[in-house]
Amino acid sequence: MNFQIFDLGISDYNTSLKFQKETFLKVQSKLIPAGLIINRHNPVITLGRLADRNNILASDELLLKNNIRVINSERGGDATYHGPGQLTVYPIFDLKNLEKDVHLFMRFLEQAMIDFLSNMGVSARRIEGKSGVWIKNKKIASVGISIRQWITFHGISLNITREDLKNFKLIRPCGMDVEMTCLESELNRAVSIDELKNSFIEQFKQTLESFYCVTADN
Amino acid sequence: MIKVVLPELAAGITKATVSYWYSKEGESISEKDDLVELVTDKATFNLPSPATGMVSQIFFKEGDTVQVGEVLGVIEEA
Repeated sequence: MNFQIFDLGISDYNTSLKFQKETFLKVQSKLIPAGLIINRHNPVITLGRLADRNNILASDELLLKNNIRVINSERGGDATYHGPGQLTVYPIFDLKNLEKDVHLFMRFLEQAMIDFLSNMGVSARRIEGKSGVWIKNKKIASVGISIRQWITFHGISLNITREDLKNFKLIRPCGMDVEMTCLESELNRAVSIDELKNSFIEQFKQTLESFYCVTADN
Repeated sequence: MIKVVLPELAAGITKATVSYWYSKEGESISEKDDLVELVTDKATFNLPSPATGMVSQIFFKEGDTVQVGEVLGVIEEA
């Protein structure tokens, strides 16, 4: 299965969301078979549908001082933080071409991230009953998707730099008292996000192929 | 009159939560327009209107849990 890759670099959440919706329309009208949007966000806290605003622990003044916006999002899940120290990936895929199963697609995204981390020498896993990717009991990647007419948007975020990790203290991530970790902490060295992108895309293709038994020959 | 039924969204998932109605009772709607959004786990799923017409009845409000196969609402065809 082919997909087109879009690297937005560092982008505002709303700019990226607009791009997701444009890509969604292209997939819907079959102008492209599927899209994989890769970006890093300027600091932002997003609240999913049915999120509890009390899960933002920081005061409005502190968020303003740190230049962190709060945005209501139509994805699933509760509160999360996005920043430039994360690799955030938005797959725009028509599940009618894969399998019409909302949760299976989230498990695929988690598996792609677990496989990628394994390549980096980091052993990560799923925890039954919880979404995301975990290292022991710390969360390293968060997932939250939306599906419209069986086409996906939103996606998965991998925490990479230590610098960004501190901003998770401003919220109760996903409405839970969960400790977050990042790739730099696990590897105990600095990591360049730009250098990781291509190897992530390559692993994404491979996992897509094995998970859904399709050919990803883009 | 067409009933809008919660379809199976994922294997083994028997219920979802209504998170957003795009249309209210009495409002007109076109076929394939977003009608209602549901949440299950960390995913939202938009259910489109099955026909052009009017949203005549809504049986579940936002925050309610719906079982797969239950009728969420009714569209009166134009």
